[in-house]
Amino acid sequence: MLAPMAAPPTAATPSSVAPTDPLGVAGSDASLRRFLHGLPGVDQVGVESRAAGLATRSIKTTAKAYALDLAVSMVDLTTLEGADTPGKVRALSAKAVRPDPTDASCPAAAAVCVYPDLVATAKQALGSSGVKVASVATAFPSGRAALDLKLADVANAVADGADEIDMVIDRGAFLVGDYRRVLDEIVAVREVCARPGGHDAHLKVILETGELATYDNVRRASWLAMTGGADFIKTSTGKVQPAATLPVTLVMLEAVRDFRRATGRMIGVKPAGGIRTTKDAIKYLVTVNEVAGPDWLDPDWFRFGASSLLNDLLLQRQKMRTGHYSGPDHVTLD
Amino acid sequence: MSRDRTRRDADRIDVRKTYKLYVGGAFPRSESARSYEVTDARGGFLANASLASRKDGRDAVVAARKAFGSWSTRTPYNRGQVVYRIAEVLESRRDQLEREVREATGVNAGGARAEVDQAVDRLVWYAGWADKLAQVVGNANPVAGPYFNLSSPEPTGVVAVMAPASPLLGLVSVVAPVITTGNTCVVVASQPHPLPAITLAEVMATADLPGGVVNVLTGHQGEIAPWLASHLDVDGLDLTGVDDADLARDLEVAAADNLKRVRRPGPEDLAADPRLDRMTRFVETKTVWHPVGT
Repeated sequence: MLAPMAAPPTAATPSSVAPTDPLGVAGSDASLRRFLHGLPGVDQVGVESRAAGLATRSIKTTAKAYALDLAVSMVDLTTLEGADTPGKVRALSAKAVRPDPTDASCPAAAAVCVYPDLVATAKQALGSSGVKVASVATAFPSGRAALDLKLADVANAVADGADEIDMVIDRGAFLVGDYRRVLDEIVAVREVCARPGGHDAHLKVILETGELATYDNVRRASWLAMTGGADFIKTSTGKVQPAATLPVTLVMLEAVRDFRRATGRMIGVKPAGGIRTTKDAIKYLVTVNEVAGPDWLDPDWFRFGASSLLNDLLLQRQKMRTGHYSGPDHVTLD
Repeated sequence: MSRDRTRRDADRIDVRKTYKLYVGGAFPRSESARSYEVTDARGGFLANASLASRKDGRDAVVAARKAFGSWSTRTPYNRGQVVYRIAEVLESRRDQLEREVREATGVNAGGARAEVDQAVDRLVWYAGWADKLAQVVGNANPVAGPYFNLSSPEPTGVVAVMAPASPLLGLVSVVAPVITTGNTCVVVASQPHPLPAITLAEVMATADLPGGVVNVLTGHQGEIAPWLASHLDVDGLDLTGVDDADLARDLEVAAADNLKRVRRPGPEDLAADPRLDRMTRFVETKTVWHPVGT
């Protein structure tokens, strides 16, 4: 779609330092706007029919077993409620480490995603298990706060040990065309994510596609976030309907694919919200493989922001292991 | 069904009915997209019915589980009203059901009328029991201490029901007791005579019965039943309609895994006046201790 502009494609590693503006388009407001509006438009009918076509693939037996384990290992187990307690976060962390205590072959989830004030609790509960702690920040979910408050929010979570920061973009600024402001915020948050001596917190940028109105905007916001140095682009907060949809994720996968072609830098994608069934999750995995490529079929490059999805995946795993249908009495209540 | 009409009005295109499954209050086709031919008593073609797969069984269990919470917590009195309402709506569609019973089994008009009469009466009979069973099988137990000790029947949960061959009376006789006590169910209808079962589903769908309380699958018993028997989210299994002794034994073995309540098949005259055992088989006795007030 986009001609390669710089280096030939090479798979970046998760720890690679994100250069801001690798395409050299953010020099002035005008050049940024020219670049974003110069992106090819998204064919709405085409992308929706492509997504619907990919959703009809039938994944069975060994391929399904592989997909189930992969999907479990990609789950960002999320709890973002006002009623969250340390106890709930500890329970969720235990579940993330051993999603199915009856089955030692079940992989761990990728991360636990919580509000900033519970990062320390989650960090302590997860210990050295390898499961990451992700924290939403920047006045999640609306993002309606002054920049210094947002940065303090991020700094807090980083100081408490968050491995990943899920920030929201300023949709209001994006929709009025103030791309510079959105970009500057991402860059500023990115700087706060840095830790002396490496181990920077990874930055996931939430586009909140449900508020962006068009696929063209989704594509622009994706490129804007990647230009700002995002490690991941994430569809939604889960607090706005519609949350993640397959066509929106497809557009974002195209963006990360084209971005790697253009810059050699690999960016992850995280659909979040509304993915509740194994069937849905497998549709996403098929789309990842077909659109971005098998390189993205890895928890370092693709995540599901979900909570109830994990239980459905576990029920399906139990069904494949035992040969009979399992029931909700055999997974935890979250 | 449409013979008279087509003779009368040869130019008009037949509007044939698609007989589908009844799951969660909706009438979906089988997820497998399969169907099978249903014939009348003389072997003539009647209709195509959906041939349900194990996945339809799984979906039906999910629907039944979802409906269980609100159905089981309704007052027994209200459940009785709903079951009575099924009888009312069934009565208003008796012409259609009589015709379907006649076509399916080959009985004469009088026999079909008698079967529908009995089916309606049976629903009324069970409706009356809804708020009286607890008085009969529950108890205030005498205990040595300053406590009330009360036992009362509670619904078991989701019950998988294998309906007997008798297309209408048999079906009503196995479904009504299960739902009257507050359970929800997944019914595998009689394989040779599924059409009255789907018509009964249409009756239930318009009789204030919440979606998912009764789910009707049509197809091969031997294909669906083992999946329901081994399903860990099914709490009870009624084997009334299983004539094959080997299959019945296998189903009982599969049901043991999560300690399902099982009702074994046995010689039974469904036309005779029912007893309480069909209701009491799928209830649990809950006993509570409560201090006597001062």
